[in-house]
Amino acid sequence: MIHRIEVWPQDPARDPHAQGVVAQIKELGIDGVTAVRSARLFFLAGGLDEPSLQRVSRELLADPVTERCFQGSSADNGNVIEVHLKPGVMDPVAASTQQAAVDMGATVSTVTTGRRYELEGHVSEVQRDRIARKLLANPVIEDVHFAAFTPPELTAQPAEMEVQHVAIRELDDARLQKLSEEGDLFLSLTEMQAIQAHYRALGREPSDVELEMIAQTWSEHCVHKTFRSDVAVFDGAGKPIEQITNLIKSTVFRATKELAKPWCLSVFEDNAGVVEFDEKHAVCFKVETHNHPSAIEPYGGASTGIGGVIRDPMGTGAGARPVANTDIFCFGLPDEPADQVPAGVLHPRRVMRGVVAGVRDYGNRMGIPTVNGAVYFDRRYMGNPLVFCGTLGLLPREGATKRWPQAGDAVVVVGGRTGRDGIHGATFSSGELTHVHETQFSHAVQIGNAITEKKMLDVLLAARDAGLYRAITDCGAGGLSSAVGEMASKIGAEVHLERVPLKYAGLRYDEIWISEAQERMVLAVPPERRDELMRHFAAEDVEATVIGHFGVEGNTLRLLYGQQLVGEVDMKFLDEGLPRPTKRAVWDFAPRPTPPPAARKNYTDTLLKILASPNVASKEWIIRQYDHEVQGGSVIKPLVGVNQQGPSDAAVVRPVLDSPKAVVLAVGMNPWLSDLDPYQSALHAVDEALRNVIAVGGDLEKTAILDNFCWGNCNKPDRMGSFVQAAKACYDAAKGYETPFVSGKDSLNNEFATESGENITIPGTLLVSAMSVIADATKCVSADAKKAGNHVFIVGPTGPELGGSHYLAAEGLPTGNDVPPVDVAASRRQMLAVQRAIAAGAVSACHDLSEGGLAVTAAEMAFAGELGMELNLAMLPIARNGFASASPVPTAAMLFGEKAGRFLCEVPPDKYDAFCRAMNEVAFGEIGRITESGRLAIRGLGGNKDVLIDADIHALRGAWQGTFGKAC
Amino acid sequence: MATPKALVLRAAGVNCDRETQYALELAGFEASRVHVRRVMETPALLDDVQFLVIPGGFSYGDDVAAGKILANQMLHHLIEPLTRFVAAGKLVLGICNGFQVLIKSGLLPWAKMDPATANHDATLGWNDSGRFIDKWIYLRADSDRCVYVRKGDVITLPIAHGEGKFIPRDDSVLETLKRQDQVSLRYCDGQGRPSPEANPNGSIDDIAGLCDPSGRIMGLMPHPERFSVVTQHPTWTRGDGQSVDGLKVFQRAKAALA
Repeated sequence: MIHRIEVWPQDPARDPHAQGVVAQIKELGIDGVTAVRSARLFFLAGGLDEPSLQRVSRELLADPVTERCFQGSSADNGNVIEVHLKPGVMDPVAASTQQAAVDMGATVSTVTTGRRYELEGHVSEVQRDRIARKLLANPVIEDVHFAAFTPPELTAQPAEMEVQHVAIRELDDARLQKLSEEGDLFLSLTEMQAIQAHYRALGREPSDVELEMIAQTWSEHCVHKTFRSDVAVFDGAGKPIEQITNLIKSTVFRATKELAKPWCLSVFEDNAGVVEFDEKHAVCFKVETHNHPSAIEPYGGASTGIGGVIRDPMGTGAGARPVANTDIFCFGLPDEPADQVPAGVLHPRRVMRGVVAGVRDYGNRMGIPTVNGAVYFDRRYMGNPLVFCGTLGLLPREGATKRWPQAGDAVVVVGGRTGRDGIHGATFSSGELTHVHETQFSHAVQIGNAITEKKMLDVLLAARDAGLYRAITDCGAGGLSSAVGEMASKIGAEVHLERVPLKYAGLRYDEIWISEAQERMVLAVPPERRDELMRHFAAEDVEATVIGHFGVEGNTLRLLYGQQLVGEVDMKFLDEGLPRPTKRAVWDFAPRPTPPPAARKNYTDTLLKILASPNVASKEWIIRQYDHEVQGGSVIKPLVGVNQQGPSDAAVVRPVLDSPKAVVLAVGMNPWLSDLDPYQSALHAVDEALRNVIAVGGDLEKTAILDNFCWGNCNKPDRMGSFVQAAKACYDAAKGYETPFVSGKDSLNNEFATESGENITIPGTLLVSAMSVIADATKCVSADAKKAGNHVFIVGPTGPELGGSHYLAAEGLPTGNDVPPVDVAASRRQMLAVQRAIAAGAVSACHDLSEGGLAVTAAEMAFAGELGMELNLAMLPIARNGFASASPVPTAAMLFGEKAGRFLCEVPPDKYDAFCRAMNEVAFGEIGRITESGRLAIRGLGGNKDVLIDADIHALRGAWQGTFGKAC
Repeated sequence: MATPKALVLRAAGVNCDRETQYALELAGFEASRVHVRRVMETPALLDDVQFLVIPGGFSYGDDVAAGKILANQMLHHLIEPLTRFVAAGKLVLGICNGFQVLIKSGLLPWAKMDPATANHDATLGWNDSGRFIDKWIYLRADSDRCVYVRKGDVITLPIAHGEGKFIPRDDSVLETLKRQDQVSLRYCDGQGRPSPEANPNGSIDDIAGLCDPSGRIMGLMPHPERFSVVTQHPTWTRGDGQSVDGLKVFQRAKAALA
């Protein structure tokens, strides 16, 4: 039987969670709820006697000081909402509770958990329903009950095991297309035709699992077919202007190949890009997106996103230990009116809260510091939020390169069990979202369990150091199908699907093969190491199961269930059979200058507006929820300065505690520039990431970068056109800065079709992440102003362009497409000059100029250091090679222009000469001093009386911190 | 004396074990990281060490409540060897999640492991904000008895927790703790003064760390291992952080064993 136990706070007035719910109900626009009480629910099944039940309740489930508990159900008076996980959804608390009860000697066979809410005040039934479904539960993974509910015992039906074949050989084109759609294969007609031809040649029909495996392997998510395709580019009039063979090979890959940096140890061939750290160690970095799942279930989507990218370094080379995470989010506008949110879309604020909590709970539990990130807001991210998660890993230098299994090695799956979760994730994330996806694809999302992953990681590292496996990869999108398929791509494998440990009975063989259940890795284990490996895993309660062996004659992947062959796929066809049709792209660009803004006498209000704008404002409420210091390697933290009240340009971590060497992590991104000029936008993204690296003391010559493209549907020629522009800029930037790309990922089809037929497409979004290995962490600098009397220098010339600037956005002024052009060569010289100055110890603070330009940079440095700053624009170096080279630089552009390649440096008087010596061959100028006044004052060209900005630093900081505050 | 030995206890979800081991080594200990399952199999492992450290993390995911499951394991599988360990005058330190484990297993506040009474007189509950928070705070050392601190010192360390609000059962428990000089550390401002703003989680009486009546078992929410080198300090680029306050906690432990 099932025992229901309710755990209540002793003092409901002191229940922070319930209080948070009250506030969020008000945010929903429902004012009648005066208080909320909330209880945790546990359901224990098994042969428990009364004393054991009492003991488990009192000693385990309830806190003796702050909680009380009882068996049974509270009376359902008034407004009751109970939220229970749907059967089969991962419930980590339940698993731990069951183990603990067994530790206590109680017989408990299964545990499930839930939460009960009792609302006080006046709410209508409609409102109660809204509170339940919009706030307390996510209908995708949770059931709602409006009275006490005890779930019945789960009895799974044994699965239907007859092999299903799909008649494909005789289908006409229309039926082939229909099969792709109805089977959620997300394959094009050409691809379906290729599969048909293959099976016609084989003289048989494919089994369902074969078809699923081909669809998964060929999905955009797994194979990046758009980026690898040939492209025919046309201009707006339909005239061909360019033919590109294999877009990624001719841009991103090509730059890396041509740069041929000896410190790049493994590029684009493994789960993460690997570079040299020291004689003994290498570091690897991977950034992934988890967009579609986060749109539907923000908490689960984001937590499995971070969980997934953590497994990438773990599955790189010999296996890496994750040492730092990064996160970059793009959301709809936080103040979007609720009635403007399309059906099937969660409110951006809810998405944001869920995503932040998901990354927080997974990253913190894994014990990986989340050290760097950014958040961008744009209405077009409403249906398609973007969630980028990155993980830096540390691995042995000699284990840096990709490992392959040998024939005879065992296929061993380790970590979590396989369930019906995440089925069709890879194919799902390769299509566009529509308003029906929320319900249709709920099975594509799941909840991660960080502790399962952490346990697995601990054993894997020990097994790696003991040399117990030959190759390793993670189970991500596509599940075992993708992981085993990739490892076996050269030699084939045989897998017995019935041996895969399951969360519950009833999974069909095809579900086992493609399930994307989290926290699993696949190892190739030499026969002579097998027993020792199994002992390692058993010793720390982590499951490891031999499910087959690598090496099959004829290089096929043979799938068996029991004695029955359920599928056999030719690895060569899987690898090479994907048709590569030429993509059509249109590129139509005509210069459209921004109307010159009228000059004004004072810009203080504009500065306050930009500091408070959501994209610039402090993200402290997010940063403080992340453990950014665990592992003890933190050198430069996300918030810097006196009381840590200013933004940092980049993070610096020391992954090896007894070494002064460190890694700098930074990002660059600007989706709005990409609307105007995707080529310049991509150059800006690279420049910004590198500026951030340099500003904290990074080494440009030991910097590698990563690309993450998130674009709309690139089957549409205009999307493809801007994608091509950005990709070409990646080549030019990597070559120009001499910073190779070492890894990347793209997520296309980020479009949302609303019920009313409106199409919402995200702005083309390129995230550039940079990692730089530096020799001595103690040479790093932070952005906060240090001492009154110090000189302030600007490095890099200012330009006249304001296109796409935060200034125009804050003032509501129209923008042209005159994005400040990036002079890559000059920018690189400026970066190297600042690097020299920092290395010479001549810089006491450095901050790059980016969103909001000089004024914002100066404000942030000043208020972070609790000091004033006086600047005079008369000494500002001006660019001569700009978009509008002949025109004078408007005052607004001097203050707020976002020309790339610029830095503000604070220089102590005794380092003046050393700083100037470092500025060889670059435009720079001394523009002011640090003061004790506590004010930021910026004077224009009109002399002492021409005060353009004058503000108390606390007012500036107040604006920056006020938008989101410390909570959200 | 010979180099003292410390055992850093691992379990599923414990995640500050490496840097804690590193800080212990900096302080002059020979430190090993050992999984709780190994200790359960071979309790004699504890006989070989003088210092048991339960590091921070999310043992068993903080499922049910922070530290609860690991404390439950200790109460049901390690009660005898741990009681012996403590009776021998050896040292026990619980950091963050480790403090939660010590409270929930009964080793704090009274050094008494008993499933029926553990966690009855004090607990660590959810922060008043209801959220996890990572932040550097100031602490004042208030105990003469506690071997890990020097009374009167004002130190700075980072916190990183969601469930760190110290709550005694009632006033009499609090009075006993004070009378027995068991309050090791209180949240304060940079000048050592208590204030609501300086208390990051709503802990009763600003309590951040606690010792047992002998002063040899301590639990604290802040992370001393995260301030064992200067560059971990948030404003070391301003010349701060030379005091390396966290390392001193481990150094004092070593001195107490000398």
